[in-house]
Amino acid sequence: MAEAVAEAGAGVAPGAPEVPGVPGAPEVPERSRALEGVRGYGLIVAMWIRSTMTYRTSFFLATFGNATVQLLDFVAIYIMFSHVEALGGFSLPEIALLYGSCSASLGLADLLLGNTDRIGVRVRDGSLDTMLVRPVPLLAQVAADRFALRRLGRIVQGLGVLGWAVWALDVAWTPGKVLLVPVMILAGAAIFAAVMLAGAAFQFVAGDAAEVQNSFTYGGNTMLQYPPTVFGKDLLRGVTFIVPLAFVNWLPALHVLGRPDPLGLPGWVGYLSPLVAFVAFLPASLAWRAGVRSYRSTGS
Amino acid sequence: MGGGEVLISLDGVEKVFDVRRRVSLMRREKRQVRAVDGISFEVARGEMVGYIGPNGAGKSTTIKMLTGILTPSGGRLRVAGIDPARERMRLAHRIGVVFGQRTTLWWDLPLKDSYGLMRRMYRIPAERFARNMERCVEQLDLAELLDVPVRQLSLGQRMRGDIAAALLHDPDVLYLDEPTIGLDVVSKAKVRGFLRQLNGELGTTVLLTTHDLQDIEQLCERVMVIDHGRLMYDGPLRGLHTAGGVAESERTLVVDLERELPAISVPGARVVKVEGPRQWLAFPAGASAAPLVAAVAADYPLVDLSVREPDIEDVIARMYAGRG
Ligand SMILES: Nc1ncnc2c1ncn2[C@@H]1O[C@H](COP(=O)(O)OP(=O)(O)OP(=O)(O)O)[C@@H](O)[C@H]1O
Ligand SMILES: [Mg+2]
Repeated sequence: MAEAVAEAGAGVAPGAPEVPGVPGAPEVPERSRALEGVRGYGLIVAMWIRSTMTYRTSFFLATFGNATVQLLDFVAIYIMFSHVEALGGFSLPEIALLYGSCSASLGLADLLLGNTDRIGVRVRDGSLDTMLVRPVPLLAQVAADRFALRRLGRIVQGLGVLGWAVWALDVAWTPGKVLLVPVMILAGAAIFAAVMLAGAAFQFVAGDAAEVQNSFTYGGNTMLQYPPTVFGKDLLRGVTFIVPLAFVNWLPALHVLGRPDPLGLPGWVGYLSPLVAFVAFLPASLAWRAGVRSYRSTGS
Repeated sequence: MGGGEVLISLDGVEKVFDVRRRVSLMRREKRQVRAVDGISFEVARGEMVGYIGPNGAGKSTTIKMLTGILTPSGGRLRVAGIDPARERMRLAHRIGVVFGQRTTLWWDLPLKDSYGLMRRMYRIPAERFARNMERCVEQLDLAELLDVPVRQLSLGQRMRGDIAAALLHDPDVLYLDEPTIGLDVVSKAKVRGFLRQLNGELGTTVLLTTHDLQDIEQLCERVMVIDHGRLMYDGPLRGLHTAGGVAESERTLVVDLERELPAISVPGARVVKVEGPRQWLAFPAGASAAPLVAAVAADYPLVDLSVREPDIEDVIARMYAGRG
């Protein structure tokens, strides 16, 4: 390493023609990978937003359509409640808390990282090649590729439903519980993001694993909209201890609602979501790195 | 080569691909492809080197290792002092890459926007960016294309756009993997002219692969021939003729006679082909064509003639075949 740096710093060789502005070594500021990633991500996202904004009408239509579809989704649950009093022992506002929070979380993760589910195609057709020769971390480029602002639709809808839930709920709000609501959404988004990252990594090995990834994210989201009490214990253990989706909203929400966890975990576990998100990122990012290293391009 | 600073160095570099092939419905066979099989060479700053070889020789694989896209299975590799696979992003600032088969531009964006994004990504100072843009736009004829989304560009237009994109950040090394594939004569000439100027004026080091030997003839003093992942030849283009035990090459005199005749006989040459009134006469590349032409004209009804230079393509084809 040190040797490499020294060599690179050697600058213009004696024999090289002296041309103004042509670098022996365009000094690249040493910054952390993460910062470079965020910066690159921002640049690409900004470009895609600008380019969608040139077709403003179609953007607004798409976002509006997206939000409407999402809203109809909740309307279905609303209608269901005109026939039943409770679902798995949960009232409509309680369900709305679950529904709104996991929608907002997934929406946020989907907005930021949603495009990673198509990386399998890029692995197979070798188009990652072009991203690998640019000075921006691959993940940032993949995540920002075709950034779609219309995905705000799901977030808006999620927050809307959540807002209504908070208003309608009959809960003794403590500072801790108030704080837990935004924390739940952000940590939930981070957990979904970790799952997406792991899924993307898996696609380096199995090119058509997008479905597997989607079953955890979108499928997981559908599951989390319903109270944990309607599911079997084995499933609950799986999503608590293996793929920690229960920490997205179930456990924090149970604490907010003052309800016991079906698995008997203590209430303060609801506060662990940020930690769980952090821990989930470790294997996910290791897997991602292994995936990138295994990339082998294509023969043509 | 001029003994300048070494910019690219490979030492026993290998790349092995594990490929699984389905032999029958149930059985799968694991096989190893040694795409690059122990290659060593050095390229000094300012060189323009042709890297040629038949399909599947390992050219693209080498370039992908030199850019950090692929990690070598063995050997040591340095570009501008950087280990490409380990420090891909740092290397990215020092190299430019053009894949003839694949664009590095953003498919749905106008060229201009792609360039703008590149400027920010590479942190190119505004004034240097403007200067490079101006040079590329002028020499590669891009002015009309800047507002066109990349997907609407023709192959030749896109290639020119890609070459410009690879150069905006003033890379030390430019890799070109088949930059003239599918281009018409005019576009090829434009691209070649541009590369020659780039190498001559800015001293950019260029490594290019191609199947069009005219690219090599017109651009590269040094050529490397690779086959089955091994380096078969590394030296001046002229040396190729005698390399690898291939016989001294010959020039060809093509004569058009007034009418069909049996193979004519001229001292110092032999007829290699007859097609209607046209005949092909081979003679040593070192000999002069003038006495030969005089001899033909003296004895036969000559209408027209032309001289063909030794065909490198031929030489190389023979070289490939010899090693097959
Ligand atoms: N991603 C890959 N997976 C498996 N095998 C590969 C891969 N890439 C290349 N190969 C194999 O490695 C060998 C060299 O391929 P490469 O693309 O480097 O050849 P090339 O010299 O560029 O050929 P061409 O002139 O056809 O472009 C070939 O046998 C090819 O099948
Ligand atoms: Mg190739």
